[in-house]
Amino acid sequence: MNDDAMNEIVQEFLVETNENLDQLDQDLVALESDPSSRELLGSVFRTIHTVKGTTGFLGFGRLEGLSHAAENLLSDLRDGRLMLTSARTDVLLEVVDAIRALLAAIEATGAEDDRDLSDLIARIKVLQQPEAVAVAEAPPAAIEVDAPARQSAEALAAVEAPVSAEAAAVADVVAVAEAPVAPEAVAVAEAVVAPEAIVADVPAPALASAGAGAPHASERGPGTTPSTRPATGAAEPPHGEPHRSAGERSVRVDVDLLDSMMSQVGELVLARNQVSAHVELLDNQALHQTVQRLSMIVSELQEGVMKTRMQPVEQLWSKLPRVIRDLAAQFSKQVTLEMEGGETELDRSLLEAVKDPLTHLVRNAIDHAIERPEARVAAGKPATGTLALRASHEGGQVVLEVADDGAGIDPDKIAAKALERGLVSKSQLDAMSEREIVDLIFRPGFSTAQAVTNVSGRGVGMDVVRTNVERIGGTVDLTSAPGMGTTVRIKIPLTLAIIPALLVGCRDQRYAIPQANLLEMVQLRAEGTSTDIERIGGALVYRLRGKLLPLVRLDETLGYSPLAADDQPDAVSIVVLQADGLLLGVAVDEVFGTEEIVVKPLGRHVKQVPLFAGATILGDGGVALILDVLGLATAARVEEVTAGLALSSDATEDERATERSTFVLLRVGRERRVAVPLKAVARLEEAPAASVEHAGNGQVLQYRGDLLPLVALAAILDDAAGDSPAEHSPDEAPATIPVVVYSDGDRHLGLVASEILDIVEGIFEVRPVGAAPGILGSTVVHGHVTDVLDVDAAFALAGKEPERVA
Amino acid sequence: MSPDPNDAPGGETAVQYCTFKVDHLLIGIEVWRVQEVIRHQPMTHVPLAPKAVRGLINLRGQIVTAIDVRQWLGLPDRGDGGGSMNVVLRLNDEAISLLVDEAGEVVEPAPDTHEGVPSTASEQIRAMFSGTYKLDGALLLVLDTESVTRISPEIGATAQYGTARRAS
Repeated sequence: MNDDAMNEIVQEFLVETNENLDQLDQDLVALESDPSSRELLGSVFRTIHTVKGTTGFLGFGRLEGLSHAAENLLSDLRDGRLMLTSARTDVLLEVVDAIRALLAAIEATGAEDDRDLSDLIARIKVLQQPEAVAVAEAPPAAIEVDAPARQSAEALAAVEAPVSAEAAAVADVVAVAEAPVAPEAVAVAEAVVAPEAIVADVPAPALASAGAGAPHASERGPGTTPSTRPATGAAEPPHGEPHRSAGERSVRVDVDLLDSMMSQVGELVLARNQVSAHVELLDNQALHQTVQRLSMIVSELQEGVMKTRMQPVEQLWSKLPRVIRDLAAQFSKQVTLEMEGGETELDRSLLEAVKDPLTHLVRNAIDHAIERPEARVAAGKPATGTLALRASHEGGQVVLEVADDGAGIDPDKIAAKALERGLVSKSQLDAMSEREIVDLIFRPGFSTAQAVTNVSGRGVGMDVVRTNVERIGGTVDLTSAPGMGTTVRIKIPLTLAIIPALLVGCRDQRYAIPQANLLEMVQLRAEGTSTDIERIGGALVYRLRGKLLPLVRLDETLGYSPLAADDQPDAVSIVVLQADGLLLGVAVDEVFGTEEIVVKPLGRHVKQVPLFAGATILGDGGVALILDVLGLATAARVEEVTAGLALSSDATEDERATERSTFVLLRVGRERRVAVPLKAVARLEEAPAASVEHAGNGQVLQYRGDLLPLVALAAILDDAAGDSPAEHSPDEAPATIPVVVYSDGDRHLGLVASEILDIVEGIFEVRPVGAAPGILGSTVVHGHVTDVLDVDAAFALAGKEPERVA
Repeated sequence: MSPDPNDAPGGETAVQYCTFKVDHLLIGIEVWRVQEVIRHQPMTHVPLAPKAVRGLINLRGQIVTAIDVRQWLGLPDRGDGGGSMNVVLRLNDEAISLLVDEAGEVVEPAPDTHEGVPSTASEQIRAMFSGTYKLDGALLLVLDTESVTRISPEIGATAQYGTARRAS
């Protein structure tokens, strides 16, 4: 066999074994929660057996020796002679790590390195002793059991102290039987005994290996206590057939090859689009048909190549149970891992790209989010925290979620930290919504870790996560409830390669909008725009079928100055987009239609602009920028308004919205309009201002021989809007005040407004825009945005228990 | 100085420079850094990008950012309406095009004519160029190509180089 062939075999062996080791990690952790699973044990055994066989064949003697020792232990476990204890799992996981390290050395240098395996092998042998037997047959078995023990025993024999050595060893073996952590303890004990007894003759390696065992005991710490074990091990065990390659039915293909195929197919699609565009102009039936056929084949090819690159998310998750187990142990935390939707498939390169962000999030969750058991219990939560990994498809995108039920994120802490780090100024903070504040943790240089640990808190946390995800056209979104937990949602495109997009025009340039974000398109004549598009403060809203949709003008958002009136286009097109639960209308000059585009990354200078997700080359060879819908929404600050819109999907809301209803229309202050349901209005009164009297801490009106409590609508609105009361106070003290006497059963209340405007009847959709205590939401009456009063809440808010009027 | 065999040849050996003109300046870039020089290309404007970014061009299926060297230098736009040339550089795996007035020849100045950028030059000039060669009848400014990566949004006709750089 020549060298090349040999190298190839070694390469293949490395690839295969590394894959198998990942599976091993998973299986072993899964085994902890189901220690008697024959199937898992069998799978683990076979893997190790294969490693042993192959390494023997390839002449990697040290690997072979290690896997042989592990195989022996596994064989006993599989046959039920031994039970899988946490100590045994630990040592087997260590074997996996050692094999991995040796493989890495082989990959780098072509040969095994000379790391010391004797201690590990010795410990495997210790653990191969059945517990009960070890106690019973302690004296004779003891010295045989344990390599360091034997070595030191021999050493001791040289200084003629066999009895004490035996005694020590016996004691240790008993310890093995009693406590699963003991193997390390054995080594520690030996290390202590041996040097004293034999200063001269102990062979150095024996000491070294005995000593080497010691750190393990302390390193593990609480992690090895049985109490955490079921917790970390509760990962969904891969039941059923273990995942093994399908043998003859599959072929190993270099990922680079797939990558280059994918990009070539992408170019092919572009070329096809260009050919199609040119052929359109020609009058040649035969050519048309050929191009059509070519087009179909290209599409199928594209789909096929895309499929070759799809892999289940499971693949990504497979390493996490081990990571979580180790971390939980390290931080003395108890964590249950839940996984959902592992079969969701994702392009391989994307999978690779989210690997680090995902691992980082998981680490963050365990290090920062999930509290220690004591703290959890104190907070009234179960001692064991839950970390959930979820994957699902959502409209041409894949959503990966990392959710924990930990301490959550405290916006105040974030704000304080951001201020301290100089990331934002005080005035900036004041202007920020809670969501924006929480979002600060994505800023570079932000880290809330109290102490810098080796796991997270190196100050390179969430901003790197976001950068990595955004690099592949994804988004990261974080929601958190203090005390309840944190959920991070990563949304990524199914594939990077080719996406359908809508082309729109703005100021003689074309822009592409990913079709995944597109909901619908609306075209308006220019004259019509003034009534359908309204301004609320600085923000534009568009009335789409009676609903208010936050609107941005693309040209304005892109920084163009407004056109002169003469140059205004005759028609305005509105594309209704959604991203991340936000709805947004974007006014563009023109809509060109859809095209399949290949997303290309932007250069460093252009990447800084958050409005663009990438660029693409169109059928005619021109370059178009791809709009980032979330970026647009952020730029237009539509968040708050649309957060309410998203709520409207629930049925009761819709029912209420479509009912025919009658409202009394009131003016409050100078310009606010409030609608009160007429149904419960008893009378409309103009009361002389002088007749308003004070009773207790509220205002009352003598009304039909009784006292009518009064509530100033302005006060409710002020509370709802957080405005200063002054804004709504009337210009001059009026002689009379308009009062709406409101009755619900035998409850009465007078609502004080500035003016009673009208009574309107019709179908008013009450949107939760601007909803607040006392305000149900808003609707459009006579072309004005009008708040709808929630009278029940208004009673409560005004601090008046509705009084009974006899 | 420790010349990397794969990197720019340095030290005493003569280096070849692609030259081009921007306004009255003669600018040189090491030949090996220049991927190609092409005539003016149709360009897609990038709103909100740094001022020096003139747009994006399609270079055989690759999207390349075009930097207007005049803007970068803080020079006024070319008044005569002449089209500019694209000098395409490879810079850390990214292709960047520099828009210049006209492309010149390749020169190989004698190493002993090399000198640093005069300290009297503006801060912006000193940040962009690594040195000069005294050619016959002209001064060749050697572009520090890495400085292309340091163009920040604020860099443009009016901004002073250096003041706008964010600590990274």
